[in-house]
Amino acid sequence: MSNPSPSPAPQVSPRIVVTEADFDLGAEAARLEAGSDTGAVVTFTGRVRDVSGGLRRMTIEHYPGMTEKALRTIAEEAAERWPLSGVTIVHRHGALSPGDRIMMVGTASRHRDAAFAAASFLMDYLKSRAPFWKKEETADGMGWVAAREADEAALDRWRDRDAD
Amino acid sequence: MKVRVLYFAWLRERIGLGREEVETSAETVADLVEELRAREERYAAAFADMGAVRCALDQELVPLETSLGDAREVAFFPPMTGG
Repeated sequence: MSNPSPSPAPQVSPRIVVTEADFDLGAEAARLEAGSDTGAVVTFTGRVRDVSGGLRRMTIEHYPGMTEKALRTIAEEAAERWPLSGVTIVHRHGALSPGDRIMMVGTASRHRDAAFAAASFLMDYLKSRAPFWKKEETADGMGWVAAREADEAALDRWRDRDAD
Repeated sequence: MKVRVLYFAWLRERIGLGREEVETSAETVADLVEELRAREERYAAAFADMGAVRCALDQELVPLETSLGDAREVAFFPPMTGG
């Protein structure tokens, strides 16, 4: 398919990793430091949180194929909005325990404002636009984590920005 | 036409399978849902509240009113909870 794009292709090639295994946060951050004009690297890590005190296990299901595409689309969108020299999304699936790392996003730019904003954008979008589903196992049984309205509403602040 | 239909999370559990090939004459995703609902109770149960169901056509999120066109893969799942 060769649809003409309304905006030029982003300079940066996003790093997208979907994996069952844990990842090396330090190595991912170091990878974003490439380039002598990269003045800012921001990373965010999400971990399995035991809210109720009774969480035994979390299992993350995903949609192989669509997951990678959706994450790449989100990362490319970030790279079009901010001047990034690097963008990384790593997301795990499968069985996880409380305290385990679930995912990370990383952004690199000349200045911190762009890196922070892009990382925040990536998080907001991947929460409700990437096909992952969390299931929790507690002493009371198993249950799917419900999507939060606040997560969907969080996308509005980026849409509002479009109208500026 | 024949489409591959995928189910994820609690839709997969309620229907009892993750994927199947479906012969359909549906024009839209919503029409396909109607066909599936009419099949068996487990489908009717899974698709009881369409406000809680999202859909992807060839791995792109789309509204339920979208035409199936020549899509090869249709997926149904609850709102996503990544991150």
